[in-house]
Amino acid sequence: MDIDRPRSLDETLAAAGEYPDATLLAGGTDVMVEVNFRTRQVRRVISLRGVADLSEWNGTRIGAGVTYRRMELGPIPALAQLARTVGSPQIRSVGTLGGNLGTASPAGDTHPFLAACDASIEVRSRDGGTRILSWSEFLTGPKLNALKPGEVITAVVLPEHLPARQEFGKVGVRSAMVISTVSACVMRDEEGRTTVALGAVGPTVLRAARAEEMMSAESHPSAEALAEFSRLVSDEVRPITDHRSTEAYRRHASGVLARRLLERCLAA
Amino acid sequence: MSVAPPDATTAPGRVGSSTLRPDGVPKTKGAFAYASDLQDERMLWGATVRAPLARARITRLDIAPALAIVGVHAVLTAEDVPGLNAMGQIVQDRPVLAENEVTYWGQPIAVVAAEDRETARRAADAVIVEYGELEPITDLVEGHERGLVFREHKARRGDPEAHGEVAVEGYYEVGTQDQAPLGTEAGIAFPDTEGGVDVYAVSQWIHVDHEQIVDCLGLRPEQVRVHPAGMGGAFGSREDLSLQVHLCMLALHTGRPVRMVYDRQESFASHVHRHAARMWYRHEADRDGRLVRVEARVLLDAGAYTETSPAVLNNAVYFAVGPYQCPNVFAEGYAVQTNNPPSGAMRGFGAVQSCFAYEAQMDRLAVELDMDPVELRLLNALETGDRLATTGQLIEEPLPTRAVIEAVRSLPVDADRPGNDPLGLPGGTGLTTPPNSVVRGVGFAVGIKNLAFSEGFDDYADARVVLTAAGVEVHTAAIEVGQGMVTILQQIARTVLGVDQVAVIFDDTSLIGSAGSTSASRQTQMAGGAVYRAAARVREEALRRADGDDLTGAGVWRDGTVVATLEELCGSDPIEHEVRYRHIETAEPDEDGQGSPHVDFSVAAHRAIVDVDPELGLVKLVRIDSAQDVGRALNPQSIIGQIEGGTMQGVGLAVMEELVLDRGRVLNANFTDYLLPTFLDAPPVQSVIVEEPGSWGPFGAKGFSELPTISSTPAVVAAIRAATGKALTRVPVRPEHIVGIE
Ligand SMILES: Cc1cc2nc3c(=O)[nH]c(=O)nc-3n(C[C@H](O)[C@H](O)[C@H](O)COP(=O)(O)OP(=O)(O)OC[C@H]3O[C@@H](n4cnc5c(N)ncnc54)[C@H](O)[C@@H]3O)c2cc1C
Repeated sequence: MDIDRPRSLDETLAAAGEYPDATLLAGGTDVMVEVNFRTRQVRRVISLRGVADLSEWNGTRIGAGVTYRRMELGPIPALAQLARTVGSPQIRSVGTLGGNLGTASPAGDTHPFLAACDASIEVRSRDGGTRILSWSEFLTGPKLNALKPGEVITAVVLPEHLPARQEFGKVGVRSAMVISTVSACVMRDEEGRTTVALGAVGPTVLRAARAEEMMSAESHPSAEALAEFSRLVSDEVRPITDHRSTEAYRRHASGVLARRLLERCLAA
Repeated sequence: MSVAPPDATTAPGRVGSSTLRPDGVPKTKGAFAYASDLQDERMLWGATVRAPLARARITRLDIAPALAIVGVHAVLTAEDVPGLNAMGQIVQDRPVLAENEVTYWGQPIAVVAAEDRETARRAADAVIVEYGELEPITDLVEGHERGLVFREHKARRGDPEAHGEVAVEGYYEVGTQDQAPLGTEAGIAFPDTEGGVDVYAVSQWIHVDHEQIVDCLGLRPEQVRVHPAGMGGAFGSREDLSLQVHLCMLALHTGRPVRMVYDRQESFASHVHRHAARMWYRHEADRDGRLVRVEARVLLDAGAYTETSPAVLNNAVYFAVGPYQCPNVFAEGYAVQTNNPPSGAMRGFGAVQSCFAYEAQMDRLAVELDMDPVELRLLNALETGDRLATTGQLIEEPLPTRAVIEAVRSLPVDADRPGNDPLGLPGGTGLTTPPNSVVRGVGFAVGIKNLAFSEGFDDYADARVVLTAAGVEVHTAAIEVGQGMVTILQQIARTVLGVDQVAVIFDDTSLIGSAGSTSASRQTQMAGGAVYRAAARVREEALRRADGDDLTGAGVWRDGTVVATLEELCGSDPIEHEVRYRHIETAEPDEDGQGSPHVDFSVAAHRAIVDVDPELGLVKLVRIDSAQDVGRALNPQSIIGQIEGGTMQGVGLAVMEELVLDRGRVLNANFTDYLLPTFLDAPPVQSVIVEEPGSWGPFGAKGFSELPTISSTPAVVAAIRAATGKALTRVPVRPEHIVGIE
């Protein structure tokens, strides 16, 4: 097996252009599980760990190589909250934002945050230059994304102004280190514009548009408005029953969680 | 009786002190050799071809493509099993390699040996197997109705016409729990030059493995030597053979050492699990709360082969009423054959399933009687001098049931509201639950189980103790699974002999007789009992040889002075005694299940306090306290470890641990989705050690290590019921059950 260890972004793009079938390896916390379960055949690896450019974080531009540990200690509240829920300390110290997008699991815990704030994904390649995709263009299905062969995720770009009121929550069967049964992120800006994104309840992360619209029109939401918001969220999610949970529970929990996060935003 | 504080210590290294385990530091440093670390320069790697379906005919099996791969040395199938193609401790009915049909998911069909692990796995993938799928039987009731029953057991005691004034009925279910030992199945086999073989592999009882391996290989007993190997946990999962015969076959076939290490999915697929159960109960009591009559019907899912199911089933019935007196009992149980993953031994061994049901029943009865549930238990508590409700056996040994209940009841309860730390709330790191969305509940449960082997089984343990100038050697085939066998045997030998230098040597099957299984909470009493007695004989002989009155590491003493050093005493002629220790005889019960099948019992009680978020169905254990009957605490720290670990295994069953099955296939055979409690799910545990010395264990010690697993599950569920008012008749309790939506 060949391993490339590029030292710069250019070297990375060159290697990825040369070997479009190579496995990009960031923290390896998804790749190595697949290798061990023998669901991924790796012939060539391009290791991203030595690429400092990818680990840069400048305000609203977060490098693909930024780890959960850094997000946990960083200045963005909901991002810090979600980072804390991921895996164990070992996983958080190596697992990256780019890897979570690369894997594109419907339960990827960064996704509700990225969707709630309408983040964009920056991808680059040697031959195709730079593409900026919205989160919804990037995440195309369960474990599917819009990356083309030879492309590397370089960064996530957040809007210049993030609402100060932002909350993340995740329902799972144990208190830590658990895959989301439902995850959610709610943001509400000064004008009351509200966004709500939910993970693990559809083929990709999704936004509850009707709930958002209804809540954005409420300047001082009443208990009834909160209940209606909760009901709309439950209505809009598209969960399935699998070995982790049931459709009915996920639907119910989506509404409860979204309402509670909104309540936290309103109390902040 | 005394209730000892857990830190009670006596002389360092001796019985009663919390002696540190000699294998502790090497294990934490990664220096300890586990079975999965065993290797040899000349070895090949083995891999296994497994069935992807739970029930099918094998319509085609072609090994040629695997044999064609460079580096592959052997591909063996059922045809290559040299002896009996059947394994099993009780009934030999599980094929070493499947022949014509497969009857459970993951069943081995062929094994390969190759130069390296990757090649071995590729070769296993290259074996062509075609199947004609058959409809698997996965429903316990359906299996029972079709008469697919490995064993039935009935207990009929008292007057069939007797009835109480107050009655409660219930139906309960237990999902399939896995032992989930951290160490997966692993081992290595070495062919000798005369057609025999040495195998080192995970085991709980190497002599019973030896009998089966000899049969399967068609060799003479002396041609096979089974060695113990370092183990990362067992909990019953190593009572039945896994890869031993495969390793031996490959080693004998290739003439090279062969190593195998299962990955996590194979581990889940290859070992037996705790029996899933369905239970119907009716309890009747008089107006004062005294049990008058208990009826119980228990179905256990045994999976495709017998394994230890008959014994597990009998235990579920023996302990169907729990640690309570009741004069009229009508209980029956069935171990049902299905195509679900095979079931067998797991910590608690049948007593776990019934305890979940009878403790729920006791709580229902308390509600019906408008009585405090703890008082109801105290009123009915089974103690020395009483008769076990199901068998009528007189309890002759100490059984401090009331003491464990009182001890737990009197522990302090902390603040009755959660704090604001999100990590202490339901949902934990997920930040789902504000403190005002939480309701608190308290639950209580008591459990009972037998110690050592029952029903007339010739239960013995051999041990040899040798005194040399360098100190003491203890030879045993008792298995250290991580529970602290080595420490306890050292403590016992040191205390009897007065000599600090004690080496415990775990011999193979050719060097020493059986110690029986490391299971049934029996080894401290059994292997410990043998070492205790052998050491006592060594001491007697030492004193006799030098005409002394005491023995220490300095030598033999008379009237306060050393009269012979160890060198002088046994430098050229070691003192050696071997003992075969048996507990008193037990007997098979009669056809009504009546008699004295057990030698001894232990009891434990738990009190759980939980915070529940009823809207999301999430649970946070606030604390779970326990009191445990141990006879005499030989190593208090080790006891605390067993109580805390066992308690968490019961907590796991209460709220998360379950194999999720679909047509007999396990959907979560990995630690991503088979959830075990993490540190954040593990609450503070206060353990009270109740000491009331027994008559036959060394220094009065009793086995107890299964007990903490038995009553913790019902205590947690009782607490969730108390918080939510939901019936919760199935474990693990899932969020959707608490919320009340499927
Ligand atoms: C024990 C454990 C617990 C976990 N818990 C959680 C959890 O709670 N929540 C959660 O969301 N996930 C969890 N995960 C999954 C995993 O940790 C995350 O998805 C993580 O973000 C992956 O990042 P990584 O850097 O390790 O990616 P890697 O494993 O290195 O890569 C993952 C995928 O992304 C691709 N990739 C990586 N970087 C780039 C890039 N810059 N450009 C293009 N493609 C790229 C890789 O080729 C690969 O396909 C857990 C995993 C484990 C093992």
